[in-house]
Amino acid sequence: MSEDKLEESKPEEGGFKKTKTKIRIENLIKVFGNNPRRGVDFLKAGLTKDEIMEKSGLAVGVAEVSFEVEEGQLLVVMGLSGSGKSTLIRLINRLIDPTSGKVFVDGVDVTEMKQEELRELRRKKFGMVFQRFALFPHKTIVENVEYGLEIQKVKREERKEKAMQALELVGLKGWEDNYPQQLSGGMQQRVGLARALAVDPDILLMDEAFSALDPLIKKEMQDELILLQNRVQKTIIFITHDLDEALKLGDKIILMKDGMVVQEGTPEEILTHPATEYVEKFVEDVNMSKVLTAQSVMRRVDNVAFPKDGPRTALRKMREEGISSIFVVNQDFQLQGVVLAEDAAKIVKTGESTLDSIIIKDITTVCKETTVQEIFPMITDIRHPIAVTDENNRLLGVIVRGSVLAGLAGGINNNG
Amino acid sequence: MDKMPLPKMPLSRWIDDGLNYLTDNYSYITKAISDNVENGINWFADKILFFPPWVIIIVLALLAWWISGRKVGLFTLFGLALIWNLGLWKVTISTLSLVLAATIVAVGLGVPLGILAALKRGFHKVIMPILDFMQTMPAFVYLIPAIPFFGLGIVSAMFATVIFAMPPSIRLTSLGIKQVPDELIEAADAFGSTSFQKLLKIQLPLATPTIMTGVNQTIMLSLSMVVIAAMIGAAGLGGEVLRAIQRFQPGKGFEAGIGVVILAIILDRITQRVGRKEE
Repeated sequence: MSEDKLEESKPEEGGFKKTKTKIRIENLIKVFGNNPRRGVDFLKAGLTKDEIMEKSGLAVGVAEVSFEVEEGQLLVVMGLSGSGKSTLIRLINRLIDPTSGKVFVDGVDVTEMKQEELRELRRKKFGMVFQRFALFPHKTIVENVEYGLEIQKVKREERKEKAMQALELVGLKGWEDNYPQQLSGGMQQRVGLARALAVDPDILLMDEAFSALDPLIKKEMQDELILLQNRVQKTIIFITHDLDEALKLGDKIILMKDGMVVQEGTPEEILTHPATEYVEKFVEDVNMSKVLTAQSVMRRVDNVAFPKDGPRTALRKMREEGISSIFVVNQDFQLQGVVLAEDAAKIVKTGESTLDSIIIKDITTVCKETTVQEIFPMITDIRHPIAVTDENNRLLGVIVRGSVLAGLAGGINNNG
Repeated sequence: MDKMPLPKMPLSRWIDDGLNYLTDNYSYITKAISDNVENGINWFADKILFFPPWVIIIVLALLAWWISGRKVGLFTLFGLALIWNLGLWKVTISTLSLVLAATIVAVGLGVPLGILAALKRGFHKVIMPILDFMQTMPAFVYLIPAIPFFGLGIVSAMFATVIFAMPPSIRLTSLGIKQVPDELIEAADAFGSTSFQKLLKIQLPLATPTIMTGVNQTIMLSLSMVVIAAMIGAAGLGGEVLRAIQRFQPGKGFEAGIGVVILAIILDRITQRVGRKEE
């Protein structure tokens, strides 16, 4: 790799990391019924799902879907019932055999695999979480979590240890000897998640995993999934019919209707540029504040102060910008704190030559993924703008009250 | 008058010829089996009769108490005591031996066949009409061909009993496995289970209550065969009933009949409980 390529891959420049394709799906088709190949011909001839049903009685589950998932990405497949999303996820680990098309996992074609290879693939690379939990009622919690390892003939002590780690990860330590029916829905789904994580898979397939939970528990589980994803960095395919959930969780969203992909993009792309009328209708009721992130409403920083600057310099910079406070950064642009105009004016009088004594170090910062909804309450509490920083504490931008409101208004305007 | 103009189909002759061929050529095998099975059943009955009845009654009552609770334990105690009192102890043990032997064979064959029927669609289609045939054909009919193969006595009775009592074991095993929710099967598949692992770790454990209902039914049907079995020389409570019929002694008939009922209730309550315990 050449030098400049390396430079490009740094996160602060363009925001892209060099990533690897984990799953690639090419022209995947699933038709249910007798002689499904006919359905493939109809699809290639451009007939719709309904037309094919009327003409031949064949039910199209998934119609020529292609997409890629990158390693560590959380892809949400979103659609209403009958859109083919549940079929799609089962085609990936071949719980359902595709009628035509290809599925590559790490470059290997899953559709060509023999039974043993497929079993090995499912054991090593996939963990699956189900809508109705699908826990084994005759096994205890820890036995459920051990299941994937048990069938791989992992030794008893070793699998128990791994199962306990997985249970701890989902916050269910101490429940291992209970039976599933003794747990609440939310806890049962944590067990489902732990069962999938215990085999340490590369890929998590989550089929409407939170749809059966009540709203509060659902939100809690979503938050935890995001936290968990930050820690374990799996490639996740998450199926849902809930747009809010899709927008909250997805790095990328695929919107499906009648077995076809209607739109593919980041949550913001889907909200701000709906591809069709169907998507537009869908996103109409979305609360923008949950979706817009710090990155999209922040303002670029035109002027900053450095620690070695004197109070006069800082005051001049503030005057130029027409602001009453200024952020202080070091040579690497790492945030040191903030200086208020009134404090700077004081030390001009006392004759101090640097800003050191008046830098307020304990300030609120957010990262660029923080949603506007979370930022709102912070803004009203503090006297200076909010700093947006990256993982190395470098200052990316600032957020002021006005820019948040403008962002919200802009989003809504774009939306219709 | 009721004769069809066409000549009668020689169905009975075909069957007789077929059976004759089988007996002529293979009965030495079945006779050998018969001797061994008979010895086994008699050995079991002898061992039980070796102890004084009150020991066995107390042991069985405690066993029933432990498995199914105090009520069933007390019922077993008084029920068996009544049987002893009526002078039916020996014949009851003989009947119990036959029923247990028939149940072991019927369940031993029925459960695997039921598993096969649940997993293989083709086999399911073939075996279901055969089961209907086995259950509806009057049980007496099985006794006739049993005799040339197994001789008069307890083994022929067992053979007929097994055929008559096996269908519920097959049907309910198959049903139990099919009733395992699809989502659990899907979960097992998603983690990469082999068919055998799926059967052993998921399907059979979850089907156990239903399978035990089948076992319970098999035992009950075996008991209902005891009088019929007596017709070909199997001793036991059925023999007592048969004798009471032949000599017109309604009192004696009822005594033996009550013995069958007591045995049936004890076995039913115990096996039902075993099924539910697994749940």
